[in-house]
Amino acid sequence: MTEYGAFATDPLFGLPLQELWFGLVFFILGMFLFLDGFDFGVGALFATREDDEERETLLAAIGPFWDGNEVWLVVFGGALFAAFPAVYANLFSRHYLLMFAILGALILRGLAPEMYEQRHDEAWQTWWGRAFVVGSVSAPFFLGVFAAHWLLGVESLLSLPGVVVGLAVVALTVVAGVGFLAMKTRGSLQRDVADYGPRAMAAYLALVVVTLGYLVAVRPDLGVLAPVPLALVAVTLAAAAGYLLALREGRYALAFGTVPVLVFAFVALVATLMFPLADPATGLTVADAIVSVLPLNIMSVASALLLPLVFTYFGILYSTFSGPIETGESYS
Amino acid sequence: MLDPVIASRLQFALTTIVHIIFPVMSMGLAPFLIYFTWKDIRTDDPVYEQLRRFWTKIFAVSFVVGTVTGIVLEFEFGTNFAAFSTAAGELFGGPLATEGMMAFMLEATFLGVFVFGREKVSDALYMVSAVAVGLGTWLSAVWILVANSWMQTPRGYELARESGQLVVSLVDPIAAYANPRFPWMFVHMQNAAVLSVALFMAGVAAYHVWQRGISADDDREGARFWRKTLKVALVVLLVTAPFQAIHGDAYGRHVYETQPQKFAAMEAVWETDSYVPEYIFAVPTSLDGITDPRAKELFGIGIPGGASWLASGGDPQAEITGLNEFGTEAPPVAVVFWSFRLMVAAGFWFILLAFWAAYRWWTDELYDDDLLHKAFVGSSLLGIFAVEVGWIVTEVGRQPWVIQGVLRTSEGVSPGLTGFEATLTLVGFAVVYTGLLALYTYVIRRIIREGPPSVDDTAAGSEAASPAGVTGDD
Ligand code: HDD
Ligand code: HEM
Ligand code: HEM
Repeated sequence: MTEYGAFATDPLFGLPLQELWFGLVFFILGMFLFLDGFDFGVGALFATREDDEERETLLAAIGPFWDGNEVWLVVFGGALFAAFPAVYANLFSRHYLLMFAILGALILRGLAPEMYEQRHDEAWQTWWGRAFVVGSVSAPFFLGVFAAHWLLGVESLLSLPGVVVGLAVVALTVVAGVGFLAMKTRGSLQRDVADYGPRAMAAYLALVVVTLGYLVAVRPDLGVLAPVPLALVAVTLAAAAGYLLALREGRYALAFGTVPVLVFAFVALVATLMFPLADPATGLTVADAIVSVLPLNIMSVASALLLPLVFTYFGILYSTFSGPIETGESYS
Repeated sequence: MLDPVIASRLQFALTTIVHIIFPVMSMGLAPFLIYFTWKDIRTDDPVYEQLRRFWTKIFAVSFVVGTVTGIVLEFEFGTNFAAFSTAAGELFGGPLATEGMMAFMLEATFLGVFVFGREKVSDALYMVSAVAVGLGTWLSAVWILVANSWMQTPRGYELARESGQLVVSLVDPIAAYANPRFPWMFVHMQNAAVLSVALFMAGVAAYHVWQRGISADDDREGARFWRKTLKVALVVLLVTAPFQAIHGDAYGRHVYETQPQKFAAMEAVWETDSYVPEYIFAVPTSLDGITDPRAKELFGIGIPGGASWLASGGDPQAEITGLNEFGTEAPPVAVVFWSFRLMVAAGFWFILLAFWAAYRWWTDELYDDDLLHKAFVGSSLLGIFAVEVGWIVTEVGRQPWVIQGVLRTSEGVSPGLTGFEATLTLVGFAVVYTGLLALYTYVIRRIIREGPPSVDDTAAGSEAASPAGVTGDD
């Protein structure tokens, strides 16, 4: 023990590492919801396209990206496990069936595009197309349920607030998918897709309002009416307005640019309402659940070194495939 | 309804046994793909572009299935082994988080460039993406094996009780993560992956050579591609197969020193004894002998003193502690005993196969020996099979511990889990994973049947039409 000296006993640079890790875990969840969120949205919009070529274009739009995007979920699990093992264990085992529902949805979503491309006859593509849509819609739905149940400490498989938040997250991913596709496609497909933007946004806002109303009425203990949550709601409204205006003016990159603001406002809202608890159902606080100083310092150093690299990889990936999609793009 | 402990263990066993297939494919293919990409960029020979494109397709499908089955495993630590995760999170969570950030991120982002980006990026960046993908797969193995090897030979921890809960806290990260098992496991695993893929490639190539009667100077479409595949695979096989056995022999000694109970189960030694024989081949004399393979009840060919020799590194008189001497119940001995034998038998068969083929190559009959081709076809999946049974030795042999000597498996399972939930998901996985395997097999077979992209489709093929040189120099 002595070999590691202060590294084993004092948080690095005296930083409030517990709170930082609580924030980091939610930041990683936010990265996942933002990046894989638009993939899910593309999956949902896939249901609205019948033309083969358009469907191929949608798949080509996310082809190089979705795998990398999904890793943020793996890292979310890993970070939660590494920093708050008791929360990880309690939360996942308590939501046993829900976790497997999420996994099932992700399996469908992951396999479907790969399978879709393997054969070009109609029955095969119809079925894998459907699987793609079902996986892409149900994954964010169950994730929304999970987030709501985490925050509210609900233990059952489904609950009314869980369903409402689940639908809100689905709507949010469609908002993201519209922004992404409108930016990456051209012509009639672009116009058609952009048309779904206002509807998805209206649904998202309506569901958020219902959720907030529920929280104010039924869960005053969470303190929705405090300044920070209200500020996040204001940010959401402003970003939503920006999204709608940008779509109307055909400035699609700008519209897509509001998506991370919406997503991070949502995730930050969940985190702020939860804090200082880390697992409301068991009453575990962030301070109770955090690992001891030595592993926390190690993980902090590792993340400080690795996360900038990760952003570099994503930079390379997204700049390689920037610009509109060329159809017919596939294996090298 | 099954007991939640049993159901969780079965589910974990099923889901890892399925998952490991895909990492073996991708980790094993990685060095081949790096080599093919390098040659494709450096030479005008279109066969390397064909090789790169064909094997990349198989890599990409394997990777996707590896990803979706891998996330399941990560989640299962929380869903099914919550008590284990709570107790050991300080040591166990770190490697998993690092694996995600260091390995999966690298692999999954550059895979996008590697699979879709040949025409979009420079040769240099394309080469970088091939190396990054390969490195990513190998780094995943580093971190997951750090976690697993620590469960076999735990070091650098202290035990404490916090409000009645057992907590394994980290006190010496270097001792914990560089634990004695890790280097053994990493080398054995990675060599096994490359060996398994070499066998797979050789099997696929031999199938085409045999079915189409490809000969050494054949210049039909694809003929050269399959000859090249066979030879590359064979060279790798010649190195990896003997190495695996030599390494495994030393590895066995290390297991004996660090996990004597597991070693006793591998050899089915119940009573402490010296001059213990090593059965190479054994048939039980009664049906009971299958499930309880005590050395006495076996009829077989044993090397006298062989197991003692293995355990001690050369002393046939060495004493082996029997299972009855340990304070805990024995692991399921039959499973461990037979799995170990299957792995070792496979290992020796691979060496034989490699030498046989090398001999045919040397006598210029590599494409003429149909028996050899059939042997390769039949062995295409045996590498993966050996990996499975090897892991079963490792994991079942560790029982009843989930962390050797620290935490029992039965104490690691989620306390609130009901038999109903656990059985439901177990049955669900049995169904879904059967479908998944069937689908994977179907798709890979299609890719193999279709064969390589034709030379005319390849960019290099249209630029450097060198008809004369095409068949000569493979
Ligand atoms: C192609 C696959 C393959 C082949 C041919 C062999 N092995 Fe192996 N073996 C594995 C693949 C494997 C593995 C990847 O499945 C394991 C599981 C964990 C590990 O580190 O490697 C393993 C584990 C493993 C263990 C350790 C179990 C533990 O950690 O508790 C021993 C002692 C051996 N092997 C010994 C051998 C010997 C003596 C072989 C002689 C030919 C051999 N292996 C061939
Ligand atoms: C991919 C190759 C692997 C295979 C095929 C495999 C196989 C198995 C099997 C058969 C069991 C059941 C043993 C029993 O209950 O009797 C098991 C259990 C388990 N393994 Fe593995 N394993 C693999 C890798 C790993 C790795 C890398 C880890 C950790 C990082 C791990 C952690 C566990 C845990 C926590 C259990 C449950 C507790 C237990 O039953 O001991 N396994 N595995
Ligand atoms: C039982 C413990 C294991 C767990 C929890 C686990 C976890 C995971 C996860 C979460 C992924 C998906 C990563 C992504 O999204 O890209 C994955 C894929 C992968 N895993 Fe595992 N894994 C286990 C066993 C193993 C073993 C034993 C190895 C190799 C030694 C391995 C090597 C890989 C590789 C190379 C990938 C990348 C996907 C692929 O190449 O097929 N895993 N694993």
